[in-house]
Amino acid sequence: MNVSYKWLSEYIDLNGYTGEELAELMTGGGIEIDVVESRNKGVTGVVVGLVLTREKHPDADKLSVCTVDVGQAEPLQIVCGAKNVEAGQLVPVATIGAKLPGDFAIKRAKLRGVESQGMICSAKELGINDKLLPKDQQEGILVLPEGNAIGRSILDVLALDDEVLELDLTPNRSDCLSMLGVAYEVAALTGRQVKLPDNRVNDAAEAASDYVSVVIEAKEQCTRYSARYIKGIQVGPAPLWMQNRLIAAGIRPINNVVDITNFVMLEYGQPLHAFDADKVSGGNIVVRQAREGETLVTLDDQERKLEPHNLLITDGERPLALAGVMGGADSEVTAATVNILLESAHFEGSLVRKTSRQVGLRSESSIRFEKGADPARVLPALDRAASLMAKHASGLVLDGVVEAIASAHSEAVVEVSLDKINRYLGTTLSRLEVETILGRLQFPFELSLEGVFIVNVPTRRGDISRDVDLIEEVARLYGYDNIPTTPIEGETTPGALTKPQAIRRELRKRLTDAGLHEVISYSFTHPERTKLFPSLTNGAQPVRLALPMSEDRSVLRTSLLPQLIETATYNHNRKNHDVAIFEIGTVFHTEESELTRLPSEKHRLAVLLTGSKAAAQWNRKAVPVDFYDAKGVLETIADVLGVSGLISYEAAQPEDMHPGRTAAVVMETERGSQTIGYLGQLHPQVQLDHDLADTYVLEIELAPLYDKADFDIVYKTLPRYPAMQRDIAVVLGADVGAGKLIASVRETAGGLLESVNVFDVFTGEKLGADKKSVALSLVYRHAERTLTDEEVSELHNRVVTELEQSFAAELRK
Amino acid sequence: MKERLEALRTEALQELQQVTDPQQLNDLRVKYLGKKGALTEISRGMGGLSAEERPIIGQVANDVRGAIEEVIAAKQAAFQQAETEGRLRAETIDVSLPGKKLAAGAVHPLNKIVQEIEDIFIGLGYTVAEGPEVETDYYNFEALNLPKDHPARDMQDSFYVTDELLMRTQTSPVQIRTMKAMNGKTPVKVICPGKVYRRDDDDATHSFQFNQIEGLVVGPNIRMSDLKGTLLQFVQLMFGKQAQIRLRPSFFPFTEPSAEVDVTCSQCGGHGCRMCKQTGWLEILGCGMVHPRVLEMGGYDPDEVSGFAFGMGVERIALLKYGIDDIRHFYTNDLRFLSQFVRM
Repeated sequence: MNVSYKWLSEYIDLNGYTGEELAELMTGGGIEIDVVESRNKGVTGVVVGLVLTREKHPDADKLSVCTVDVGQAEPLQIVCGAKNVEAGQLVPVATIGAKLPGDFAIKRAKLRGVESQGMICSAKELGINDKLLPKDQQEGILVLPEGNAIGRSILDVLALDDEVLELDLTPNRSDCLSMLGVAYEVAALTGRQVKLPDNRVNDAAEAASDYVSVVIEAKEQCTRYSARYIKGIQVGPAPLWMQNRLIAAGIRPINNVVDITNFVMLEYGQPLHAFDADKVSGGNIVVRQAREGETLVTLDDQERKLEPHNLLITDGERPLALAGVMGGADSEVTAATVNILLESAHFEGSLVRKTSRQVGLRSESSIRFEKGADPARVLPALDRAASLMAKHASGLVLDGVVEAIASAHSEAVVEVSLDKINRYLGTTLSRLEVETILGRLQFPFELSLEGVFIVNVPTRRGDISRDVDLIEEVARLYGYDNIPTTPIEGETTPGALTKPQAIRRELRKRLTDAGLHEVISYSFTHPERTKLFPSLTNGAQPVRLALPMSEDRSVLRTSLLPQLIETATYNHNRKNHDVAIFEIGTVFHTEESELTRLPSEKHRLAVLLTGSKAAAQWNRKAVPVDFYDAKGVLETIADVLGVSGLISYEAAQPEDMHPGRTAAVVMETERGSQTIGYLGQLHPQVQLDHDLADTYVLEIELAPLYDKADFDIVYKTLPRYPAMQRDIAVVLGADVGAGKLIASVRETAGGLLESVNVFDVFTGEKLGADKKSVALSLVYRHAERTLTDEEVSELHNRVVTELEQSFAAELRK
Repeated sequence: MKERLEALRTEALQELQQVTDPQQLNDLRVKYLGKKGALTEISRGMGGLSAEERPIIGQVANDVRGAIEEVIAAKQAAFQQAETEGRLRAETIDVSLPGKKLAAGAVHPLNKIVQEIEDIFIGLGYTVAEGPEVETDYYNFEALNLPKDHPARDMQDSFYVTDELLMRTQTSPVQIRTMKAMNGKTPVKVICPGKVYRRDDDDATHSFQFNQIEGLVVGPNIRMSDLKGTLLQFVQLMFGKQAQIRLRPSFFPFTEPSAEVDVTCSQCGGHGCRMCKQTGWLEILGCGMVHPRVLEMGGYDPDEVSGFAFGMGVERIALLKYGIDDIRHFYTNDLRFLSQFVRM
C-alpha cells in the first residue's frame, strides 16, 4: 500500500509530523514503512502555459515553433519536438532557469537556428512514471485539462509537492490497505481524531429497485451484495486531483467511473465494481458458483474456463464477473456507457484467493478480499462512490440501495483482564493506561467489576479475536521498549547436547584438526546425480519435488558423495588440486514412488581426499593421498568413538568405485554384521568424468555409531613386567589380506599377545609372481609375571605354524 | 735448582703464548707437566736437597706448575669457547623460512555460528532439539496456526513434495514436535537449529536453502519481559556487552504479540554506518509470545501455561559477523572461502 501524505491528511491531522517522522512513528507501532518517497523528483520552475500558436520549424521537419503564454508580460517562443503539441493546449512549461529531474537545468537555446525560451514537458520529463498515466498521455507532451490557471506551478497542478509512504504490511494488518485504516492507525498512535469522507447521496425520485434485483445463491461465499443504479453517466476523464492521487498510490487512471471505484477502494479498502447496466440483462444480479463448462471473457480479453469453486456474478444466466477478482469484458464500462450498476459486496476471502490463484490474477480487489475487507464498509463505500459519480460523472443516483444479505456481521466481543495483561507482558500497567490505549484505538469497551475489559472490536480490525490479540494492541501502543527485561522465574534446567549431537561435534573437531574442511551442500540435486553410487542408496528412490525450480535441483540427495565430488571438481577448476573435505548431513530415502509418509532421513558422514596431503615446501615433498589416508580417517574416528573393535573392512566392488581399492565398512550391531558404508578410491571413469586425479572417499551412516559409541574410559594398569618382541616375515599369496593374517595371529596367540603390527609389505620378482612378503612385529606380555624365553618361543612357533598351514605362508629366514 | 725452575717457567709460558690449536696445547702440557715432562724431571732431583731447602724448592715447583696450569686452562677455555662458537655458527639456520604447520581445517562458517549459539543457550539451560527436513503440512503450517488458504502462507512460498508433504519452510515444526514429546510437562526450554527451504531465486542475499535457529520456552508463568530478558542476554553474549536490543511490533501466525528484534549494529556500535543503513540497528530476530492455539496444538492449556519463541537466520548472522558479501559463498564451498574460517 502506497500512502500519499497529503491524501492521508484529509482524514487525519498530520500537523507536526513530516513524512519521515510519520514513517518512524508508524514503524515503531508495527506498520513498517519501507521508504518515504518524494513525488517531486527534482522539478522547479515549471508552470502551466497556454500554447497560443504552433508553426512548423523552418529548417526541421520534426520540430514545431510555439508561442506559449506562461503568465509573463510577453509570450515565450519555444521549440518543441512532440508530435501532439497544438495551439490551445494547456501544457507544463519549463521556463529559463527551471530544473527537471536529473539536475537538468533549462537554458536559453537555439534549435536549428530558432531561439527557444524554455521547454514544453512530457510527464516522464517531470519524473512521473509514465506506466501510471492514461494511455493517451504516455507519449508526447503532457496535456493538462482545462481550468488550470496559466502560470500556476506544475507542482500544485500535479500534486508533486507530496510524499508517498510505502507500507510493508504484515498479513494481519489488511485494515491498513485503506486510507481510512491508516488514518485509524495514526489516530491510535497520536491520539487524534479520524475525519470520515463525505458520502451523502442526493437520491433521485426514481427507485433503483425498479431497475435492479439482487439474489445471493451462494450464501456461504457471499455474505452481502449491495448495489446502486446510476443513470445518465458521462464517461470521461476523472478530475486531475483524483488522477493525481491514484497515480501517487500506484494505480493508473482510466476514466471517471473506474477511477472513482478505485479511489473509493483505496479510501475504504472496499473493492467496488461498476457494470454497464445496459449489458446486465434485466438488471438481475445473481451471485452463484460456476457451473461445469462455463467460460467468461474477463476485462483483459482472456477467455477463462471456470471451475465449480469459482464464485460468479451473473445476470441469472450469463456470467458477468469473477466475484472479487475481475469483471467481464461484456459488461465493462466504456465511453458509450450511460447507466451504471455499482456493486459493493463482501466475498469470502479464501475463496477469492483460490480463484485468483487459479486464474493467475491478483488484482487490488482480490488482494483486499483475500486479506479480509471490513464488512461494515460495504454500504458507506457504495454511497461514497455514488456521491462521487454524481459529482464527477454527472450521474443521477437512483433512490435506494438494492441488496441481499446472506448473513449479518457482528463485532467480536473480546475480554481481557488487567491482571492477565500485566502477567502476560511482565508490566505494571494501570487501569487508566489500558483505558487510554483502548480509547485511542477507538475500541468501545466496558470494564467489569472484576477488572475485565469487555471490548467490542470494530469489524475493521478483523485480526483481533482473542485476549492475546488485545494484549498485543496494548503492548504495541504502550511501546515494546517500555516492557521491562526480566529473567525467567521458576525451575532451572540443565542444558546439554544429546549423544548424536555431541558425536557430530566431535567428528567436526577431529576432522578439522586433521586438516579437513567442512562443507555444506544443497539438499536438492539433479536426478542423474542420485544414480551415482547405488550401493549407498540400497535401492531407495529419491524424493522428487512437486514443482522444482530447475531440473538441476529437482530431487533430494540420496547420498553425500556426488556433491562432494562436484565440490572437488569446482575447486580443481580453480587450481586447488589438494582437496580434503567432509560433510555431515542428511540424505533422503523412500521406498515409495508416490509419497504417502515422510521419507527416511539419515545422518551421514562423507569424506573426500584428493591431491597431496600437504603442499610441497622447501623441506618437504608433496605426499599424494592414498587409500590408507582415507582408511586412517575412519580408523581414528572409530578409536575416538570407542567402536574400533566392532568395525571391519572387507574388500568390495560397489559400482562407481575402483574394484581393487574399495572396502565395505562392516559393523557389528544387535542385528548382526551390517554394512554401514564404503571406503575407497573413485572408479577411474568417475574420476575422468569429473576431471579429478586419484580421489579417495568414504561415506558412512552415523546412526549405528550413535548407537554403539562408547565414551566411557576405563583405566588399565600400566604394565609392570617386561614385554618380549618377535618379528615374523612370511611370503604368501598376494591376494591374502593382511587383515586375515592379523586375525589369525590374534586368535592363535591369545591373551599373551599384547599387539601385532604390520611393519613391512613388499612384492618383487625374487618372491615370484602373485606373491608378497608381509612382516609382522608381535609383542608378548604377561600382566603378572615375566615371560620366559621358552614359553614365548613355544607360543610364537604355534603362531607361525598356523600361518603356514592356513595361508600357505612360507617363513622368510 | 730454583733457577732451573724459573727458567722452565719462563720458557713454558713463552711457548704457551705461541700456541694456536688444542693439539699444540696438549703437546705442551705433556711436555712440561706430563709424567715424563720437564717439571716432573726437575722435581725428581728434589730428593737430593736438604731438609731446609726441600720445602722452599717444593713451593717454587708448585708455583711454576700452578702458573703453567693456569695458562693452559685459560688457553683451553679459550679454545673451547672458540670451538663452541664455531659450531653454533655452522649450525645457524634461516629462522625466517616457513615451518611445518599442524594440519588445520575449518568448521563451516554456518556451523561455527550454530555451535556458538547452541553453546550460549546450553549455558542458559536449553537443550538442542531436531526434526525432519521433509515435513507434513500439518506440522509445518497447520499446527503453527497457519491453516490452508491462510494469507500468511504467501510469506514463504514452499517446495511441496506432495499435497501433504513439503520441505520445511521454518524450524518451527520442531517446536510442535518438542511440545508433543513433552506430553504436557514443563518447563520446555529448547533451541532448534536446522536447514529450511523456501522458493526464492538465489542472489547475493537470498538462498532457497538456508539455516534457522529457533528457541522455545514454555512454563507456568512465562512473560514477554522474560523474552526480552533472554534475548538481551543472548545478544550480549553473542555480540558483546555493549549490544542492546530494540523490539518492533510485527506479525507471525504462531506468536501473539509478535516482534522483530534489532540489535545494536556491531560495525559502528550504533552510530550509523553503511552496514546498518545509518540506523545504528541490525534486524536479526523474530520473536513473540507463543500463540494460544499453538500451545493447544502442542498439548498445553493456554490458561495454565504461556511461552515465548524466537527465531533467527544463521546465514544473516554469519554475513553480518564475518562481513561476507554474498550468501551463495556458503554453499559453493570454495576452499579459498572455507579456509578463512580456521580461526577459533
